[in-house]
Amino acid sequence: MTDTLTPVLSAQWGAEKSWTLDAYTATGGYEAVGTALKLTPAQVTDMVKDSGLRGRGGAGFPTGMKWSFVPKDNPNPTYLVVNADESEPGTCKDMPLLLASPHILVEGMIIASYAINCHTAFVYIRGEVLHVIRRMQQAVAQAYAAGYLGKNIKGSGYDLDIIVHAGAGAYICGEETALLDSLEGRRGQPRLRPPFPAVAGLYASPTVINNVESIASVPSIVKNGSSWFGSMGTEKSKGMTIYSLSGHVNRPGQFEAPLGITLRQLLDLSGGVRSGHQLKFWTPGGSSTPILTGEHLDVPLDYEGMAGAGSMLGTKALQVFDETTSVVRTTLRWIEFYKHESCGKCTPCREGNWWLVQLLKKFEAGEAVDGDVDKLLDICDDIGGKSFCALADGAVACVTSAVRHFRGEFEAGYKTPAWELFPYGASALFPVSEKVGAHA
Amino acid sequence: MSGHEFQSFFPDSGEVDMTDTSTSIDEATMAELRDLAGRYPQARSALLPMLHLVQSVDGRISPAGIEACADVLGISTAQVSGVATFYTMYRRRPGGKHHVGVCTTALCAVMGGDTLLEKVSAKLGIEPDETTADGTFSLERIECNAACDFAPVMMVNWEFMDNMTPAKADKLIDDLAAGKDVSSTRGAKITSWREAERVLAGFTDGRADEGPSAGEASLLGKSIADANGWAAPKPEDAK
Repeated sequence: MTDTLTPVLSAQWGAEKSWTLDAYTATGGYEAVGTALKLTPAQVTDMVKDSGLRGRGGAGFPTGMKWSFVPKDNPNPTYLVVNADESEPGTCKDMPLLLASPHILVEGMIIASYAINCHTAFVYIRGEVLHVIRRMQQAVAQAYAAGYLGKNIKGSGYDLDIIVHAGAGAYICGEETALLDSLEGRRGQPRLRPPFPAVAGLYASPTVINNVESIASVPSIVKNGSSWFGSMGTEKSKGMTIYSLSGHVNRPGQFEAPLGITLRQLLDLSGGVRSGHQLKFWTPGGSSTPILTGEHLDVPLDYEGMAGAGSMLGTKALQVFDETTSVVRTTLRWIEFYKHESCGKCTPCREGNWWLVQLLKKFEAGEAVDGDVDKLLDICDDIGGKSFCALADGAVACVTSAVRHFRGEFEAGYKTPAWELFPYGASALFPVSEKVGAHA
Repeated sequence: MSGHEFQSFFPDSGEVDMTDTSTSIDEATMAELRDLAGRYPQARSALLPMLHLVQSVDGRISPAGIEACADVLGISTAQVSGVATFYTMYRRRPGGKHHVGVCTTALCAVMGGDTLLEKVSAKLGIEPDETTADGTFSLERIECNAACDFAPVMMVNWEFMDNMTPAKADKLIDDLAAGKDVSSTRGAKITSWREAERVLAGFTDGRADEGPSAGEASLLGKSIADANGWAAPKPEDAK
């Protein structure tokens, strides 16, 4: 029986100057590089496959299997690209990881690059996090100086360069093919697949794209073994992962636990929902994962558990909203986000989210008319599954799940403004002005 | 539906201001732009960092900056403009010395972000996407900045300002306006938006060691684990 919380990635976040090479190597950092470079690339890939590690960025695809899709006979170079574009509303795990322990990602990148025979790797970090970028730039520079990057790493004959790349403000660049276009110096718009990035990714060359947390998990697997990793978690959702608790809770924060912990357990550990209030709804993994309610408190927070509850594990971003919160207002804000972040490539997403905002504003103002709930769902039908990438599906999921659980609250928007049903001041942490109204 | 007649509404799709041709780009800037282009397997990959550098020099995406990028990369100015106008961090009008962001995506909005934006906007006398007449502040209504466990969140020059309240926001603006030392809650001492843009371009400023390793919320799970004696299994126990 494993412990309730199992800090591995976050174990050193509180250490003195935790972000430096000295602090990292003092606790065994970079030992896994030495181990991995003595194995064959195939053996490293097999270790990661055997561990059961699945992508921590949302989709949950098995990481080792993704690596094994890289063709061995392609004459072009192979690239590793780490997706550090963390921008999904509610998601806030990779940024603290990189701020406190950037070397764990560097080490993971060295091992992953070796496994896929890559000699140039990239970290694509969203641009709006200056200090995270500083820490990552410094970690890479320190790793070069210490001989963990560059030519002939630690006498192994293996060469690797890492480029730290800052984005410039675009949620869509978290979508892996949009990220590749952005990294090629273009507008960040998704590509049609196939071909998949493993075959034709960056510069039309074989490319593996992994989330920060996925790659950061690799050194611990190499160091402690696949069975160690698999001893945590559930049958199909193995290992430890970082859960981010935010919103109307007494103590928000990051919790590293075996996959399969429940929201009830996390709330019990952290002091529960805001004092004097009850849980109303929550997201398991960011705004793109269908919302859940109090009846799902005991569903395991793993890939299968969340799928079974009609949602997705996503990024494990648990945003908690209490009974003071208007689900209409919250949904509107999320759709305003998707409207703002739609790259504009696909008409259903570009126009559909614009229409959803118009309609949701009417619900918020109590000016919707009888039948508008069905219209809302109709528009969702016109968006979901009809665009290149998952941005549109994520937008639709937050509307349809909100209507599924709180249809009555939407219907109340035929008569009564949301701010009368749920005075907004009650949801805030400090007194707010009476004036409300959604922005453009 | 009545009232839903179609009207194109994409306020962010405006063009670069081509009437303001002023620039501070000089030979040294050109050398740095070429340096960035040389860091990638294919030069065009440097375009986003190069545009960050243009902003750090000109305080905006300038026509001269667009031409400089196009020259260095051997692509058209239309291709550069197309990229510059896609990303929200690139400003088409001069930004302030301090660029202030207030998050109003759902969770921050609900927890008070709307009121923060309203108060900061009133205090500065500008709306989002505007710059004060003296050039000290520009304001932006930002989308989720990956700090939800510290909501409501503000950013100054893309440094975290966690757990904000109206009183804290008020003091923050006053201190910045007075030129006092202000530090990010999880970052370095605040310099200026242009200096931040230079770091984003890929030219380090030696400030990585400033600030804490993590915020209190980041450490919560670890501290609870420590208090309970919880840890990941030992490798020998998992065999």
